[in-house]
Amino acid sequence: MSLRNALRAATAVSTITASGALAETITIATVNNGDMIRMQGYTDDFTAKTGHEVEWVTLEENVLRQRVTTDITTKGGQFDIMTIGMYETPIWGANGWLVPLDGLSAEYDADDILPAMRNGLSHDGTLYAAPFYGESSMIMYRTDLMEKAGMTMPDAPTWEFIREAAAAMTDRDNDINGICLRGKAGWGEGGAFITVTANSFGARWFDEDWTAQFDQPEWKEALTFFVDMMAESGPAGYATNGFNENLSLFQQGKCGMWIDATVAASFVTNPNDSTVADKVGFALAPNKDGVEKRANWLWAWALGIPAGTQKEDAAKQFIEWATSKDYIELVAAKEGWANVPPGARTSLYATAEYQEVPFAKMTLDSINAADPTNPTVKPVPYVGIQFVAIPEFAGIATEVSQEFSAVYAGQQSVDEALEKAQAITTEAMEAAGY
Amino acid sequence: MATKASRSAARLMMAPAVILLLGWMLVPLIMTLWFSFRKYLPLRGGDLGWTGFDNYVRFVSSSAFWPSVQTTLIIVGGVLLITVCFGVLLALLLDQPMWGQGVVRILVIAPFFVMPTVSALVWKNMFMDPTNGLFAHLFKFFGATPISWMSEASLPSIILIVSWQWLPFATLILLTAIQSLDSEQLEAAEMDGAPVLKRFWFIILPHLSRAMTVVILIQTIFLLSIFAEIFVTTGGAFGTRTLSYLIFQRVLESQNVGLGSAGGVYAIILANIVAIFLMRIVGKNLDA
Amino acid sequence: MARAVTPKRKAINTALAWAVGLLIFFPILWTILTSFKTEAQAINDPPIFLFFDWTLENYAVVQERSNYMRFLWNSVIIAVGSTIIGIIIAVPAAWSMAFVPSRRTKDILLWMLSTKMLPAVGVLYPIYLLFIELGLLDSRAGLVIVLMLINLPIIVWMLYTYFKEIPGEILEAARMDGASLKEEILYVLTPMAIPGIASTVLLNIILAWNEAFWTLNLTAAQAAPLTAFIASYSSPEGLFYAKLSAASTMAIAPILILGWFSQKQLVRGLTFGAVK
Repeated sequence: MSLRNALRAATAVSTITASGALAETITIATVNNGDMIRMQGYTDDFTAKTGHEVEWVTLEENVLRQRVTTDITTKGGQFDIMTIGMYETPIWGANGWLVPLDGLSAEYDADDILPAMRNGLSHDGTLYAAPFYGESSMIMYRTDLMEKAGMTMPDAPTWEFIREAAAAMTDRDNDINGICLRGKAGWGEGGAFITVTANSFGARWFDEDWTAQFDQPEWKEALTFFVDMMAESGPAGYATNGFNENLSLFQQGKCGMWIDATVAASFVTNPNDSTVADKVGFALAPNKDGVEKRANWLWAWALGIPAGTQKEDAAKQFIEWATSKDYIELVAAKEGWANVPPGARTSLYATAEYQEVPFAKMTLDSINAADPTNPTVKPVPYVGIQFVAIPEFAGIATEVSQEFSAVYAGQQSVDEALEKAQAITTEAMEAAGY
Repeated sequence: MATKASRSAARLMMAPAVILLLGWMLVPLIMTLWFSFRKYLPLRGGDLGWTGFDNYVRFVSSSAFWPSVQTTLIIVGGVLLITVCFGVLLALLLDQPMWGQGVVRILVIAPFFVMPTVSALVWKNMFMDPTNGLFAHLFKFFGATPISWMSEASLPSIILIVSWQWLPFATLILLTAIQSLDSEQLEAAEMDGAPVLKRFWFIILPHLSRAMTVVILIQTIFLLSIFAEIFVTTGGAFGTRTLSYLIFQRVLESQNVGLGSAGGVYAIILANIVAIFLMRIVGKNLDA
Repeated sequence: MARAVTPKRKAINTALAWAVGLLIFFPILWTILTSFKTEAQAINDPPIFLFFDWTLENYAVVQERSNYMRFLWNSVIIAVGSTIIGIIIAVPAAWSMAFVPSRRTKDILLWMLSTKMLPAVGVLYPIYLLFIELGLLDSRAGLVIVLMLINLPIIVWMLYTYFKEIPGEILEAARMDGASLKEEILYVLTPMAIPGIASTVLLNIILAWNEAFWTLNLTAAQAAPLTAFIASYSSPEGLFYAKLSAASTMAIAPILILGWFSQKQLVRGLTFGAVK
C-alpha cells in the first residue's frame, strides 16, 4: 500500500504541468450512450490541457445507477466524478453528498447553461451537477408517410390528431406502424413515457398531501387512450419496446411517428444508421385538447462530484472541460454540428451553424416547454416531470410501470393495473413514512 | 482407525474452512438480521432507529411477496425438470458409440462456460427480439406471427435461457455416471430379452439416482439466487420477479435496506425449506 | 465399453448426437459469427449465415473503447487466485471429513452448502460498508477473498467426495510405515486425488469467472474484471448486435478455450463420487 502511494506520489511529482498543479488521475463513472463514448475518445485533449489522467468506468444505465448510488450513500469514495441524471442530482444535493458547483471560472460561463437544465440540476438555487447534454421529448414523424396519408402535422398537435394520423399511416401489410411508443417496464423507460402522457391529460402522481392519484379519472383516461391507440396503430409486442427498440424500428422505416427523447433526432437523421434520414419531420409533443401541459419531459445527463473526494480540483477542471463551449466546438470541428451534445447551453442555439441543423429549433422549443417545478395542471408537492424527485420514486415507478406493461401485453385490464398501482404507491409511501 | 491424535488433528485441519465459512455466514447474517429490525433508508439519512417487526410484516404483506415465491419455485422447478430429463436423454445419447464423440461432447458442454449476463444478452437480443431476433425470422419464414418472447412467454423464456446454461452441467455428471454402469449387467438384461424401456427404467435409472441427486442439489443452490438473467431480460416485469429479485428491488431500487433485509431473512427461510424438502426426497441417495 | 453395434446404428447415433450438439452450441456459434459482421448485416432480414463480408472492425472498435487486457488480467487473477486459496483451505478440511468422520460430518457439509443460499443483494450494503472499513473496495484482493468464500463450500464438498473414493487402507499402510500426517497428505493422498483436485479447480475457475454480482458491485476502475467489461456494452443507444457480439466473444473466449482444452479432466473429475 505504502509502496503504491510512494509510486503514485513519484509519478505525480514528475509530471508537474504548465499550470503548476499536480497531475492526478481521476476516476469517472459514466453511462454507455453515444455522446459519453464520444467524449471518452477526446480524453487526450483534456489530459493535454491539464495534465490530469482519466480512468473511465463505463456501465449500462441501470448498473451505473445502482453502482453510484451504493457508493454515494455509503461514502465509498470510489469515484471522483459521477454521471447522474436530473432525478438524482437534487436529492443528493439536498443530502450534502455533492460538491456545489459554484465558483466555476469566468470563461466557463455557468449562466449560459439553459435555465430549465440549471433549475433541474439545482437544489435551493445551487448547481450540483453540470449538464453534459439535455433532452426533452418531441414527435419525430415520417414526412413521406404523412403526405401519403393526406394529412399535415401542425407544429403543436393534440393527442386526438396523433391518434387519427397514426391510424391513417398504419399499413400493417407493409410492416408500417402508425406510431411507436415506449411500453417497456422501468421508471426511466415506459414509466417516464406514460407519466408525461398522463401529465398531458391533466393527471398527476400525487396530490398536495402525497396521496397517490391513480384512482382519479385522468389516469384512467390517459392509460385507456394510450392502450387503445397502440392497439390500433402500434407495433406488435410494444410492451417490451424501450428507447433502443423504437429507435431501431424507426431507423428501419417501420414507424410513422415516434414520440421520444429529442436526442434521438440526430440518430434518425444520420444517413449512416437510418434508412429514413431525409424524410423526418419534428413537432412538439402532444397534449389532450384543452389541457395546458404537453407530454414534454426534461432530462439531463450531468456530471457531479461526490463530496469527500480528494481530487476535487481536478474533477472540477474535468467538468469545466467536458461541459464547456470549447468542447462543443471541438466536436463540431471533428464530427460536424449535428453530433455535438445538445440541450445544455443557450449559446449553442444561438450559433448560426447549429441553427441549420434540422432538429435544433424544435429541441430548444421542447426543452423550453418543460417546467419541472410545475409539471402538471393541478398543483403537486414535488419537482420533476417524468419523475418525482423523492428517493422512493425509482422503486415505486418501476413496479407501477411493470403493472402497466402487463396491460400493454394484454395480461390485465386498465382498471386492474391502476388499482394495483394505487396500492403499490400507497404501500411504499407508507413504508417511507409519508 | 481414528485415534485420538488424528481426531484432534482432523479438527485442526477443518478449522480454517469452518471458521471462515462461519464468519462468511455469520457476519452478513447478523448484519442482515440487525438491519431487518431497523428503519434503514440510505437516501433519507441512513439508519433511523428500531422499528420492531415492521419490515417483516410489510415485506410479507406486500402484494408482490407470494407471487414472487411462486415464480421462484416455478423457475427452479422448471429448470430442474428440463435439465434432468434432457440431461438423462443427452447422456444416454452421448454414451452411444459414434464418430467424433469428443467434439460433440465439447459442443454440448460449451454453454456452461458462458457468463450468465452474456447468455441473457445474446438470447434476448439475437434470438428472442420480436423484430430482429432469429426466432422472429424463423416464425416469419413459416408464415407465423413472431411472438414477443419477453412479454408473452416471459417465464418460459427465462426458464429456457437458464436451462440452456445448466443443461451441460447435468449432462456431464449424468454421463460420467452412465459410463460407470457395468455394461455386462446391461448386456445380460439385453440377452434376457428385456425391452429397451424396461432396461432403462429398472437398471439405468436407479443407477443414476445418486448423480441426479447431486445435479438437483447443486443446481437448486445456484438457481434459487439467479439474478442476471432476469435483470437483463425483463427486469422483473411480466410475472418474472423472483424472491431474490424482489429483494433487489427493495434494497437498490427503493433504497429501503431494512425492508430488503427482512426479505433476505425470508429468502434464507425459503432456501432452508427447499433444502430440507430436497434432503427428504433425495438425501437418502447421498451417503454424505 | 466396447459394445458391438451395427454401422447403421452408429451412423444414426452420430447424426443424432451431432444435430443435438450443434443445436446446443448454436447460440455461441451465432454470436461468434455475428461479431464478424457489419452492424447492418447483423440485423439483415433474412439473416445471413456465412456469406457476408467478414470484418474485424467490431473487435477494433471494442479494443479502442476499453482496455480489454486489463479486464482480462483482473478476471484471470481473481478466478485463479480465489480458486487456489480455496483449494489450500479446503484440502485439509475435506481430508478430515473423509478419513476421520464424526457424527457431525454430514451436518457440517450440508451447513456449508447452505451458506451459499443467502441472497447476495440482501447483504450488499453490509459488505460494501465492511469493504470501505477494510480498504478493500476496488481491489483484486477483496474480490479474491469474496469469491473464495462463495465457492469454498462447493470446493470442500467436491474434494470430500473424491477423497472418500480413496481406500482408507492405503493411508493406514502409509501410517504403519511411519509417515507423518503431513507426508501422508502430501505424498500419498494428493497424488491419488490429482484428477479430482484438477476438476475441482476447473469448475471453480469457471464459477468465479462468471460471477457477476460481487465482481460488478465491489469494483470501479482498478479491479474490474470481464463482467464489468460486458456491462459497458449492454443496451447502449441503438442496437449494436455486432459490437455486442464482439464484446461477448471476447468476454467468454478465454474461459471457453480453457474449458475445451480441459474438458477431459472435467468429465473425468466431475463425478462427485457418483462412480461406484
